[in-house]
Amino acid sequence: MSSLILPAVLSGLTMGAIYALVALGLTLIYGVLHIINFAHGSLLMLALYAVYFLHFYLGIDPYIAIPIVLPVFFVLGYALQRGLIAPMSSGSETNVLLVTLALSLAIDNLALYFWTSNTRTIDIPYAYDTVEFLGAYLPLGRVIAFFAALAVAPVLWLFMEHTRLGASIKAVAIEKRGAEIVGIDVNHAYAVCFGIGTACVALAACLLLPTFYVTPQVGYTFVLVAFTTVVLGGMGSLPGALVAGLLLGVIESLCGLFLGESLGQIGIFLAFILILLFKPSGLLGRGVKA
Amino acid sequence: MTHHLNRRSLLKASGALALASGLAAPSILRAQAATVKVGILEPLTGNLAYNGTQCVAGAKFAVEALNAAGGIKSMGGAQIELVVADAQSRPEVAAAAVDTLVEAGVCAFTGATASSLGLASTQAAAKYNLAQVVSIGTAEAMVERGLPNVFRFTPGVNKCTTVALDNLRLLNEGAGSPVKTAAIVHEDGPFGSGMAKILNERLPGIGIEVVETIQHPTPQRDFNNIALRVKASKADILIPSNYINEYTLMAKAIRQQRVELMAIYSILGGAASNIKFVRENNEVAQYVMDCNHWYDPQKPASVALAENVAKAGLDLTYDVMVAYASVQVIADALERSASDDREKMIEALAASTFDGSIMPYGPTKFVNGDNVNSQPVNTQIRGEKIELVFPKEYATAEAVFPMPKEG
Repeated sequence: MSSLILPAVLSGLTMGAIYALVALGLTLIYGVLHIINFAHGSLLMLALYAVYFLHFYLGIDPYIAIPIVLPVFFVLGYALQRGLIAPMSSGSETNVLLVTLALSLAIDNLALYFWTSNTRTIDIPYAYDTVEFLGAYLPLGRVIAFFAALAVAPVLWLFMEHTRLGASIKAVAIEKRGAEIVGIDVNHAYAVCFGIGTACVALAACLLLPTFYVTPQVGYTFVLVAFTTVVLGGMGSLPGALVAGLLLGVIESLCGLFLGESLGQIGIFLAFILILLFKPSGLLGRGVKA
Repeated sequence: MTHHLNRRSLLKASGALALASGLAAPSILRAQAATVKVGILEPLTGNLAYNGTQCVAGAKFAVEALNAAGGIKSMGGAQIELVVADAQSRPEVAAAAVDTLVEAGVCAFTGATASSLGLASTQAAAKYNLAQVVSIGTAEAMVERGLPNVFRFTPGVNKCTTVALDNLRLLNEGAGSPVKTAAIVHEDGPFGSGMAKILNERLPGIGIEVVETIQHPTPQRDFNNIALRVKASKADILIPSNYINEYTLMAKAIRQQRVELMAIYSILGGAASNIKFVRENNEVAQYVMDCNHWYDPQKPASVALAENVAKAGLDLTYDVMVAYASVQVIADALERSASDDREKMIEALAASTFDGSIMPYGPTKFVNGDNVNSQPVNTQIRGEKIELVFPKEYATAEAVFPMPKEG
């Protein structure tokens, strides 16, 4: 069993990178804007289908699809927030929750209706390619996802910390009324944030499909762990989401190895409880001032 | 006053509308050919939605064929009307959906893809004396509770395992007994866990030592650790029992982790008898064997079904086949009972000797609700096709065992 620990850790890191990628979009929407986006998993599913169909009908490789899918999903996210979520929620956080829940149900059921419950995978030439590292074989697709997560988190962080738009979003998140008074277009800032979050999900889909499958239910497979990642990393903390995602991947992998795969999830929630018990703001989250 | 007046007006208007439309409708319906309602309870949403949807498709093909052939002749050519209920992949919903079927007036129903769902639905149906022809429900508890309304048409886990192990022994002995050890990977529900228990007990009896048993939940996102454990066990063969999504990920991980096996020998494998798996994962699918539900491809009804499924752009999976056959069984019971009375349907099914289904079975004989003349068959993926390799009388190809080494 000891010889499996290192490969399990590496495997956990690459799986954790996927969790982090899914969680990055969520931490922007959920963590920064405090919108509990129940439709996050459904949007991931939608993006996976987009990548699948681009490959199926046009033969476009999932990685080549990134520059196509990302802008489309940014616009979709922007439009959803501006045209649906904001008007229907009327500024109430409870309403937002219900609207995103309704959106999730609508997307899932429409997917089921149009695309059926068929499991779909793509056949790509590098599907079984691996990278050998310290004696472990890591699936190429997951290694790419790992490095993508390492690259995307800092880029998003730089955007939030060092651009005017990023500052606007943060200002809206901290003090919406104040931001409005100083001339920030609050609705635009909300929609851009939602758009970026949705684009992140689309990126996760492009990186996930080479090693995974898509069904109308696939979003649920990742959304709970994504919410856990966001809270564990610290609400709204992009580096936190990355660290938490990787950590959860490793914990899940090691628990699966030692306790059995059926109990692998226990480790995730045990770590979640313990970390929040001793650091309620999450791993890299900022404490709330009294 | 105005309020009362408005309410009365509304009631009058509603009454008039009911008379004009709703109440007139039954007389129109009565003028049409009589129908008899047969239910199908399947998971159309949730993790098992793919299998459930395939089952419903199979049942619809059967109903179309039966109606086109003149319906239930003993009932004046009554046309079968299929009532579909969604079990949502959740046992409690499966149980509740039985009420929906009863309210719809079904005389019997088929379902429900997974043992956990079937156990719940049969229990709920027992309250109404409503017969369930279990299309897929391999857990033996299905037929061990003494419920008179349960009729499992397809083989249970015990029979599937027994036949699979007999065939494995024959294959292994035929090849000079190269397989000495096995690893079992199974989902942690009643189906997979029951299978693993039986395999652990019986594999040593055919000269194969179980060196690793790994269970996993459904869904399972990552199979790398499982593949690594199988590799570390140095097992000669892998025996998986799980559903299609997990099976697909597992097969990929096995290849990526360079696990060298003499065979992947599934018993009731989720993907090994699924043409979609073959199409989308052709490289890893080669030579995978399965002992599973499968039709007799040579029967005329089977040929017609395969053509209709292809025309509809669907995949011909065993779900389609068993649901089709289960509706055939119900139709035969209707024909003999000449009634859609629930009690009479139970009596007719209990006395069934039906041998006209598309499955490679002998005449139906339910003993304690279990069809003793059902049997699984062995399939093997070869190129783009799923070939039937055992029993010989139904075989479309010779089995290849052990599978050729790569390179």
